[in-house]
Amino acid sequence: MSNVPHMKIDDLRVSIEGKEIVKGLNLEIKGGEIHAIMGPNGTGKSTLASALMGHPLYEVTGGSVDLNGEDVLEMEVDERAQAGMFLAMQYPAEISGVTNADFLRSAINSRREEGQEISLMKFIRELDAKMDVLEIPSEMAHRYLNEGFSGGEKKRNEILQMMMIKPNIAILDEIDSGLDIDALKVVATGVNEMRSEEFGCLIITHYQRLLNYIEPDFVHIMMDGKIVMSGGKELAQRLEAEGYDWVKQDLGMTVDTEA
Amino acid sequence: MTVQFELDAQALSARAEALGGPAWMVNRRKEAAELAPTLALPKVEKIKIEKWDFTSGDVELTKLDGLTPEIEALLGDHRTNVLVERNGHVVYNELQVPEGVLFMGINEAMEQHPELVEKYFMTEGVRVDEERLSALNAALTNGGAFLYVPKNVQVKDPLQAIFTMEQANGALYHHTIVVADEGSEVTFIESFLSNTNEPHTVNAVTEVFAAANAKVVFGGVDQLAESALTFMNRRGVVYENARLEWALGHMNDGNSVVETKTHLVGDNTFSDTKAVTIGRGAQKQNFNIRTDHFGKSSEGFILIHGVQKDSATAIFSGTSMIHHGASKSNGVQTERVLMLSEKARGDANPILLIDEDDVMAGHAASVGRVDDIQLYYLMSRGLSRQEAERLIIHGFLNPVVEQLAIESVKDRLREVIEGKVR
Repeated sequence: MSNVPHMKIDDLRVSIEGKEIVKGLNLEIKGGEIHAIMGPNGTGKSTLASALMGHPLYEVTGGSVDLNGEDVLEMEVDERAQAGMFLAMQYPAEISGVTNADFLRSAINSRREEGQEISLMKFIRELDAKMDVLEIPSEMAHRYLNEGFSGGEKKRNEILQMMMIKPNIAILDEIDSGLDIDALKVVATGVNEMRSEEFGCLIITHYQRLLNYIEPDFVHIMMDGKIVMSGGKELAQRLEAEGYDWVKQDLGMTVDTEA
Repeated sequence: MTVQFELDAQALSARAEALGGPAWMVNRRKEAAELAPTLALPKVEKIKIEKWDFTSGDVELTKLDGLTPEIEALLGDHRTNVLVERNGHVVYNELQVPEGVLFMGINEAMEQHPELVEKYFMTEGVRVDEERLSALNAALTNGGAFLYVPKNVQVKDPLQAIFTMEQANGALYHHTIVVADEGSEVTFIESFLSNTNEPHTVNAVTEVFAAANAKVVFGGVDQLAESALTFMNRRGVVYENARLEWALGHMNDGNSVVETKTHLVGDNTFSDTKAVTIGRGAQKQNFNIRTDHFGKSSEGFILIHGVQKDSATAIFSGTSMIHHGASKSNGVQTERVLMLSEKARGDANPILLIDEDDVMAGHAASVGRVDDIQLYYLMSRGLSRQEAERLIIHGFLNPVVEQLAIESVKDRLREVIEGKVR
């Protein structure tokens, strides 16, 4: 079976508490590709990420999401994960009393048949190796999941989970916010290690900075709930240099993006 | 109409006397037997315990031999520094402790070390006139343990006690005394088990004394059957610069009245009370956890985490009382109840009583369902809803599990939790 993923988002509409935030979005992500969605605050980037994963507070009101021929929107959150999706969250939940290591093992084993669970030795070896890459101190494996973690620790921990779980489609929701340059480089190393034909990635970010270290194949600009422009990595560089005003002028838009 | 179980003072005295012991103990039994009928039941919020029959069980408990598989499992590889009692009678007591440390059945201690038992048996800890059930315990003590650690002795290996109740219609009036003398350190872990599905009563009073500069870590796992009616009264008395840490897993399946109270008598004292429970079926439980600050700069922490299933009821009352004169003290408590069923009931009553100006105090309480956002997060990593819930519940109860110093007891508590939440 080929593990090269193919995700197709078609005319997706998402509301929160009755207010439409994502207003007909189209995007296609294939294995081997890294996409970046950029855009000003409040244009629906994080809403898109949460809705794709099935966050309970977001209501999909229209459109479709297809992953390898299966209807993602019909799936429960865990089924989406089992189908290969992963979301590195901006604000991951804190779970008291559950250690990082125990949780990760449960997550890995949830993808395996009974009796085929990962051995403790193999798990520890792999965890140690990935934690080294991300420069995470080893005691963090035994801390409670996200409890009392600094912003930077949470982001690294999200990437650690991604590297351990090895999804086929990863969405990174503002994984760069609050990270200094050194931490950014470390996180980027982790993401770059994942690159393969079996891995597609959607990076959501405000800033071009992260894209200096993770080179995207496609850059999309999102405004007012839609992708309004797509291009290569040079598009990100232009945004960094000139901001978003030229995009609006080019498109003849008058939307307020500071919502 | 309330049914009140009447106590016949004469009959009670006769039962008390028949249980015997040294002369001073027989006297104490008789005094308590006279007092008990005049005393009220422990004060319990919102549950009518007047209808619960704490008094008519048979106090003559049959002597049994050997160890049951459940006891074996709890012992694991930890075979020394252990006391096992079945039906209140010692069946196993293996020790390898520093000189002067005493760890034995309460009845044996009354005979062999009467001066020590007499000094601590319901004198400075639980008082005989507080309420009826503890007075009954004093009158009818028919089991329990005695642990004494002399001055400046540090007992490295945790001491383990296992108590079973196996007699249909029997009543265990269990009395345990733990004394850590000045500058000593000890970890004590006890487990209560039922080995009968017929009705039985366990009335347990435990008094723990941490003398000046001593440190006591007390672990308790109660796992009595649905057919057991339980009264657990644990009391700590903490003197100057001493510390007492409680880690209590209340896993009983039957109706229970549970009290854990700590008196921070000395200055610079510290106590930490952690208690977890799972209520299931139709069981009713009352938890009353209290810390009284008398000494200056005394610190007391209370954490209660309860999971409520089916149509179980539990009332959680946490009280931090800072008495006049206990300046610079700090009382902090947290009560959290996780509801897994519409029909279950769980009330959290945090109470701060403060009679001194220069103090710190705080509390947090919540009653709620499993958090949707936590579930979403765990499920987004591939865990099923059921598995995610299971992990959250285990995490919620973990503060006590991780505190228990004996691996086999920890494992057993995890198993009990697993069995109860399934």
